[in-house]
Amino acid sequence: MSHLDKLEAQSIFIFREAYHAFRKIAMPWSMGKDSNVLIWLAKKAFGGHIPFPLLHVDTTYEFPEMIAFRDWAAKEYGLDLIVKINEEARARGVGYETHDPITVTHELKTVALQQAMAEHQWDGLITGIRRDEDSTRAKERYFSPRNADFEWDYKDQPPEFWNQFTTRIQPGEHVRIQPLLDWAEIDIWRYIERESIPVPRMYFSREGKRYRSLGCWPITHPVPSHAATVAEIIEELRTTKTSERAGRAQDHHERNAMQKLRAKGFM
Amino acid sequence: MSGANGNGASGLLADVDAQRLKIVIVGHVDHGKSTLIGRLFFDTHSLPDGKVEAIRKACEAEGMDFEYAFLLDALLEEQEQNITIDTTQIQFRTQRRPYVIIDAPGHKEFLKNMITGAASADAAILLIDAKEGVQEQSRRHGFLLSLLGVRQVIVAVNKMDLVGFSQERFEALEREYREFLGKLDVVPAHFIPVSAKHGHHITGPSAEMPWYRGPAVLQALDAFALPASRADQPLRVTVQDVYRFDARRIIAGRVESGSLSVGDEVVFWPDRKRSRVKSLELWGSPGAERSVAGQSTAFTLEEQIFVERGQIASHPQEGPIEGQTFSARLFWLHEAPLRAGASYPLRLGTQEAEARIVRIERVVDSGTLEVSPGEAAQVRKNEVAEVTFRTRRPIAFDNVDRITETGRFVLLQGDRIGGGGIIHGGEYAALDRDGVRADNLGWTEGEVTPEARRLHFGHRGAVLWLTGLSGSGKSTLASRLERALFREGIGAFVLDGDNLRHGLASDLGFSEEDRAENIRRAGEVAKLMAEAGLVVVVSLISPFRTERQKVRHLCHEAGIPFAEVYVNAPLEACEARDPKGLYKKARAGQIPNFTGIDSPYEPPAEPELELKTAELSPEDALRALLDKARALTRAEGGLVLPGGGI
Repeated sequence: MSHLDKLEAQSIFIFREAYHAFRKIAMPWSMGKDSNVLIWLAKKAFGGHIPFPLLHVDTTYEFPEMIAFRDWAAKEYGLDLIVKINEEARARGVGYETHDPITVTHELKTVALQQAMAEHQWDGLITGIRRDEDSTRAKERYFSPRNADFEWDYKDQPPEFWNQFTTRIQPGEHVRIQPLLDWAEIDIWRYIERESIPVPRMYFSREGKRYRSLGCWPITHPVPSHAATVAEIIEELRTTKTSERAGRAQDHHERNAMQKLRAKGFM
Repeated sequence: MSGANGNGASGLLADVDAQRLKIVIVGHVDHGKSTLIGRLFFDTHSLPDGKVEAIRKACEAEGMDFEYAFLLDALLEEQEQNITIDTTQIQFRTQRRPYVIIDAPGHKEFLKNMITGAASADAAILLIDAKEGVQEQSRRHGFLLSLLGVRQVIVAVNKMDLVGFSQERFEALEREYREFLGKLDVVPAHFIPVSAKHGHHITGPSAEMPWYRGPAVLQALDAFALPASRADQPLRVTVQDVYRFDARRIIAGRVESGSLSVGDEVVFWPDRKRSRVKSLELWGSPGAERSVAGQSTAFTLEEQIFVERGQIASHPQEGPIEGQTFSARLFWLHEAPLRAGASYPLRLGTQEAEARIVRIERVVDSGTLEVSPGEAAQVRKNEVAEVTFRTRRPIAFDNVDRITETGRFVLLQGDRIGGGGIIHGGEYAALDRDGVRADNLGWTEGEVTPEARRLHFGHRGAVLWLTGLSGSGKSTLASRLERALFREGIGAFVLDGDNLRHGLASDLGFSEEDRAENIRRAGEVAKLMAEAGLVVVVSLISPFRTERQKVRHLCHEAGIPFAEVYVNAPLEACEARDPKGLYKKARAGQIPNFTGIDSPYEPPAEPELELKTAELSPEDALRALLDKARALTRAEGGLVLPGGGI
């Protein structure tokens, strides 16, 4: 088995364990490269079906191209799609124009997710985080419990070995299931190439720039690049020494921003 | 760590899809793990641009010296406390291949993180501090590596700069640690004198230590082998689920070992139902014919037999062991100690079953390897023990040295994984011509047979009938027997005057007819309860031989093991004890028809057991009774338990 085959097999295994362990499960979907790979792996895990809803937490600062991709893919894959906006925060005027990125991300992503969780009573969330994205995420488990306040106790995590996971939780708690934990950015692209998985156009170079990671438009910037195909992106990643989230302003806003966001329940 | 996946240096490799070698770095806290890892990144140019500069700047801002360890310990708290809290998995690469590094922490209370990291490692670097020498943690981690099956090990003796690069010091440490690891069957490939901080023997030779002729750390790593394919081992598929999302009935699971092809005959354990693989259903790979070890698979069967999550599929030949009793070596990670006699949910593959700790044979202090002699009552956090288990229902498993994936398990403590273990010494059943053993298991569709109940409870139902004078010690013995059996996982229940005469027999008095009727009812209830699978301990004076014989006959007719136990104490002794003051009342004429006073007692002619309670100590009486009960309930016939069942 090649490296990609191994990653795929483990992710499928995790999907199936999660689906068995949790009655009410959903998969947040950002339409980005990682979550499109997740959709693909889910179809492999469940014989071409996706037996749970997908959740798009809409910050209202999405790139129009991403919304267009969302609507196309939802139809193409026959997704059970739920779109969630934190209307209350928008009504209060929370936005990038007036607030700092950390606050906006917290209100429009984390709190919106909490609202959706309360509405649908999910006890498992399948997310697309990867260990290599950030040093905080490096410490994650495949099955990562969250308390009722969505907090992640990264200082005292349950043991996880031999493919046995934390699946028992108390009322109000939920578990984040992270099938892509072992994948690196280049693995994602090589898998997209191997399987011909559709991804938004914004990852590909236009006028000498491309997006390597996608978030809200006010705080997401393209990086200089001439990679206009998946193969060229892979080639670029082989030689780059810039980190993936270099174009994500929220990460640089203050030291340890990511850690604060994660501990509060951000992806 | 941001981008430390080594995206950067992937250009060094022609094939990015090369298999990674997963290594874990373990050892005592402060022996320099993070520094070594930081150094490996730095020296293999596996860091993104700006990372080192960013850390240097951060250090300046904090007024601290730059350390290679900071490349790893990215969490603010960790930098403050100067320790690594959890396992991080990051990648670097050499000219030969890519590596995944699992940085395991050294603090004692973080052992569960070390296990979490090290359990998936292909190889390990054990780090010891040249100055501090072999510490408790160095020993503990060495022990756990052997338990987790990590066989490829190098020992890096770090901080050689602090001992003046002394060859003597290095060789003394090597002797001491080699001897210790030898006891655990861990044979390190190399001992390497290192200074991670100054970069000695990380990538190449060191001018400071010309006396060392062996490889540097990276060369030693490159010499390790990738994990061997398990495709040529016997087939094991752990069933995760059965899906019916469309017209197909798909069995989903993972091939843990061996390979599965369309047309293969497969047996599902522990039910041992057979069928044939009709098709593989792999979305995106139509017409796939074969799945091999490590792959997640999905398939349909020719015959729609009952298959469910938790079962293990094998070929008819070379199946797993099926049983309820097995021995294992276990490590415990939870605050609450593991207790002998207690039950824990056990997970092995996708099976989950309640497992009772029958005996803790011996406990080993994983830090010193000191063995506590004899049986123990508990296993405390971070200890290792040899334990005998009994599961409530039969499960399928392997010895770990035969098939790793189905030879290890975890136990839950509450909601969390409390510990893990590896199974050894199980006996594989002899196979008949067709592969699967042809003994009659008594599994029938629809009807729950006595055989099936026996398998479920792990013992037969039975009736122990204690007869004897009031005050002879029946009740005390009965309740102590009930407790003792229950502790062994045998469902036991006492029927006595108290719980019968308040309900079922509340309409009866103490005339001869009523007494006979009372015994008849007790006998019928005891028989029913025993048929349901319980061991019923009846404690009644039951003075009439004929009535007792009727109950014996009733049980035998129903195939229920029956034992009459004569609790024999002389009347004088009973009357002297008079625990309830009944003799006194009877002598005073307040209780008519009192056995031994104005109503006869007919002793058993041939009891299965006679206990002279006036002469025996209570312990000896209980032991004799317990032995009788065990013999009576032994699950014999139809099932041979590996390792000798209860």
